[in-house]
Amino acid sequence: MRSVAKSALLDPIVDDNPVTLHVLGICSALAVTTSLLPSLYMCVALTVVSSLANASVSAIRRVLPGSIRIIVQMTIIASLVIVVDESLQAFAFKTSRELSVFVGLIITNCIVLGRTESFASKNPVGLSFLDGLGNGLGYSVILILVATSRELLGKGTLLGYTIFPSVADGGWYNPNGMMLLPPSAFFVIGLIIWAVRSWKVEQVEEPEFLIHEVHRTEVH
Amino acid sequence: MPEVPREPKRGNDSVPRTLLVALLVSLVCSSLVASAAVVLKPLQVANELLDVRKNILEVAGMFDPEGDINELFESVEPRVVELDTGAYRDDIDADEFDPEKARKDPDTSSVVPPELDVARVGRRANQALVYLVREQDEVTRIILPISGYGLWSTMYGFVALEADANTVADIVFYSHGETAGIGDFVSKPGWRSLWPGKRVYDGEGELRLRIIKGRVSADDPLADYQVDGVSGATLTGNGVSNLLRYWLGDHGFGPYLDKVRGGGPS
Repeated sequence: MRSVAKSALLDPIVDDNPVTLHVLGICSALAVTTSLLPSLYMCVALTVVSSLANASVSAIRRVLPGSIRIIVQMTIIASLVIVVDESLQAFAFKTSRELSVFVGLIITNCIVLGRTESFASKNPVGLSFLDGLGNGLGYSVILILVATSRELLGKGTLLGYTIFPSVADGGWYNPNGMMLLPPSAFFVIGLIIWAVRSWKVEQVEEPEFLIHEVHRTEVH
Repeated sequence: MPEVPREPKRGNDSVPRTLLVALLVSLVCSSLVASAAVVLKPLQVANELLDVRKNILEVAGMFDPEGDINELFESVEPRVVELDTGAYRDDIDADEFDPEKARKDPDTSSVVPPELDVARVGRRANQALVYLVREQDEVTRIILPISGYGLWSTMYGFVALEADANTVADIVFYSHGETAGIGDFVSKPGWRSLWPGKRVYDGEGELRLRIIKGRVSADDPLADYQVDGVSGATLTGNGVSNLLRYWLGDHGFGPYLDKVRGGGPS
């Protein structure tokens, strides 16, 4: 039992990471990662929503009618997201302005619904909570990596503190503005996926078809 | 043809059970959401007020990151102005006056005639709050609330004028929904630093201040009335020009500013 709980919590961080292995939750990873601070808030928000949604769905899994299970899961997730969003506006006003709609969009983040549907609806409450927490942390690891590299290379700062003094301020670093634009988040996530799959070769998927064989008629 | 007996739905999937679960889930979730909204509302309102005050202090040139915002705000003097006449309405308590509420109430607001509504404000409250900054009893800055439509959203901000009611001291936009990375130049410090010293009206009293395409050339005789635009964000820039044209014009604070220049409104 102990090792089951451990793997529910720790597997999603590298071995079963929702972003790098399942390539879920990319939209928000792209939008909020221009600087580190809003990304950290986003990580906390998603982790809270994902673990509580998993625990709640798991708690009612035995009485939940199959025909309405998805809409019930969405209702629970949406309610939790609204509570988190309202709390951010009350306690972290400035960051909630920066995150704008993206906290609300956690509702549509496929990691959360993916875990409630595939894990929490079949597993006990404690284990589901750990799975939600683990997946939230897995998402957070990637988000923090992406945000760190984007803020550092794009602005020369981390959490607003200067790390590389920029040329404009009399330093030596010429900030790479492209890192602040959305496509660079794709590049960074792509590089991370490449790195993880070179390290954990078992994550590399079988090709669905081979382009050369399909086009060369003599093969058949 | 023999009739295939349909299996009656049992347990979780029966209709009454489904309805019951749906009802209970909705009840629990809605009370959760409603109580969060009600409990956190006072904190959120306080945050927003604090944010507006911080922005007023910034354009007043009085913001101090170390100081307490509410305490610093004590030295700014809010006054209610009747927009049509430009006179102060001292019978209205400035601390109680809620411009947004006044704007929505048909008794205290009016529809802006479409031909005048360049900033697409729609309705305008009959009165507005202005903030005065004084140094030894002399008014040194006049802070006016401004708002208007850019490309996607209504932009809200403040413009501070010097005592001559013609020179821009500072401008800030504290709330907008313009394109991130392009149109959000309105809230960037670099662009904001272009404004101090710009002039609003020319010698003839014509309102000339506006945002142009590209950079302002120093040889241009109108350079004092122009601010750099941002390429790719022309419509946001036009929105800023338009809202200044409206709020500093005859239908906005024009009559009030006339009175300030003529020796001060009563």
